[in-house]
Amino acid sequence: MMITDETIDYVAALAKLKLTTEEKERAKVDLSNILGYIDTMKELDTEQMEPMSHAFPMKNVFREDVVTNGNDREHLLHNAPKKKDGTFMVPKTVE
Amino acid sequence: MDITKLTAIELGKKIKAKEVTVMDAVQQQLEKIEQRDSKYHCYITVLKEKALKRAKEVQAQIDAGMYQDSPIAGVPIAIKDNICTKDVKTTCASKILSNFEPPYDATVIKKLEAAGAVIIGKVNMDEFAMGSTTETSYFGETKNPWDLTRVPGGSSGGAAASVAAEEAILALGSDTGGSIRQPSAFCGVTGIKPTYGTVSRYGLVAYASSLDQIGPIARSVSDCAVALDIISGSDPSDSTCVDREEYGYSEALVDDVKGLRIGIPKGYLSEGLDPEVKEAVLAAAKVLESKGAIVEQFDLTAVDYAIPAYYVIASAEASSNLSRYDGVKYGYRTPDYEGLQDVYKKSREEGFGNEVKRRMMIGAFVLSSGYYDAYYNKALKVKALIKQGFDEAFEKYDIILGPTAPTTALKLGESLADPLKMYLGDIYTVSVNLAGLPAISLPCGLDSKGLPIGLQMIGRHFGEKDIIRAAYSYEQTRDYIRPEID
Repeated sequence: MMITDETIDYVAALAKLKLTTEEKERAKVDLSNILGYIDTMKELDTEQMEPMSHAFPMKNVFREDVVTNGNDREHLLHNAPKKKDGTFMVPKTVE
Repeated sequence: MDITKLTAIELGKKIKAKEVTVMDAVQQQLEKIEQRDSKYHCYITVLKEKALKRAKEVQAQIDAGMYQDSPIAGVPIAIKDNICTKDVKTTCASKILSNFEPPYDATVIKKLEAAGAVIIGKVNMDEFAMGSTTETSYFGETKNPWDLTRVPGGSSGGAAASVAAEEAILALGSDTGGSIRQPSAFCGVTGIKPTYGTVSRYGLVAYASSLDQIGPIARSVSDCAVALDIISGSDPSDSTCVDREEYGYSEALVDDVKGLRIGIPKGYLSEGLDPEVKEAVLAAAKVLESKGAIVEQFDLTAVDYAIPAYYVIASAEASSNLSRYDGVKYGYRTPDYEGLQDVYKKSREEGFGNEVKRRMMIGAFVLSSGYYDAYYNKALKVKALIKQGFDEAFEKYDIILGPTAPTTALKLGESLADPLKMYLGDIYTVSVNLAGLPAISLPCGLDSKGLPIGLQMIGRHFGEKDIIRAAYSYEQTRDYIRPEID
């Protein structure tokens, strides 16, 4: 399968990645090879099959809706790259 | 007494019998890590003070009569670095999580600690468990204790190598497409990938959620079975974790395979398999046959297409799971940015390695409109066919036997240049994850290069006891072989 520059730009945008020119070139080759190999799946007749997301039947698991954790704000914010006044800090997004 | 050569069960007994203290055991294990880890690089984080402090606590609890039923109380354990440990760095071997300290423990950590285990450190892996060599780690590769020029396998390479190099007695890994079994094979140790839903995934950093399972790696089948006894069980925090009435895996440690029906898929012995690996696997089958098992070869359909289906499904789930790393709530944020979009894109660009980016892009592609049916839906149908093939096989057989990997450990650097070649090495392992089945890898000899060969046994859903019994019976016929370490 041929992967074009447009396809690479599109998937990079979907994956929220800012690729360098060199990385784009490499991705083009790698993705062509890998998807080319993945295409061998198409040989297999799956007409009769339903797509299966889980290998065995799963059903909803219910529990009472009770709060079990306490206020952990400081602990959770401990990993934030930037924080302010007990909240995560990001660049201004609304003018 | 050098405790680092013991099995977990042996050490647990000695601690209970007061022949050795928990502090002494942990101290000795830490010293061994200090001596050897500059060579093998199994660990990302060693918990020196924390482990010693915990050792004292556990000893006091044992003295007070706690942990009577736990065979591993006081035993030092290594944890793959994608399993969350409260306030202890959990990096997934990625720059993007290189400073992440989870505010909570994974369920398996809580269960291990409730059994008196001492967490001694966090071990190396392929970045986000994506790879089969541990070379994609941001912190550098782990080396195979059998041969320093070779990879330990992956993605749980640090876990398997630490157990082989006596830098850990027992370790927890995770297996999405072979990541417990293949490094166990390459390092000459034993590892179990449980049935999907046996062990809680709460606190396991997600790669491909429909395939991921946590499991033990150790130097004996018995150690794996007792570890699995401890970590398995339903969990309100993981709705995919199945509530079963009975676990008791160590009850299956019985040397008896009389009448056990074993099937060997013909396709697992064909083209691409190293002749020495094939010979060792067939010899192991003969051993089981001589002990009364019934061994047959058969055709397992659709597994030839397991690798493409696996890479579509795993990459699709990865692209979704890894969208959470945005440089806002935790993890790495790029130092220079203009606006929020730039924070996302540059943090991710700088924070992720090549293999992770590659799989996220494949995932984004196969899920994108226009390709979804041809790739993602098609893969889910192939998965259904593979599951059907296994279902039919398990009508005739109790376990399926074969190699874990087509070769023994590869040279460092061999796979990095050609990702597709690396993917093809997963041929015997990925179908097990797609079908949600349990499987074990255990050593079955050395090749002419002196490298360990892995034997894989696959069981039916929740058929852990069948594979544990067969593996234990086989293990009784041979000695554990250690790598030669000066």
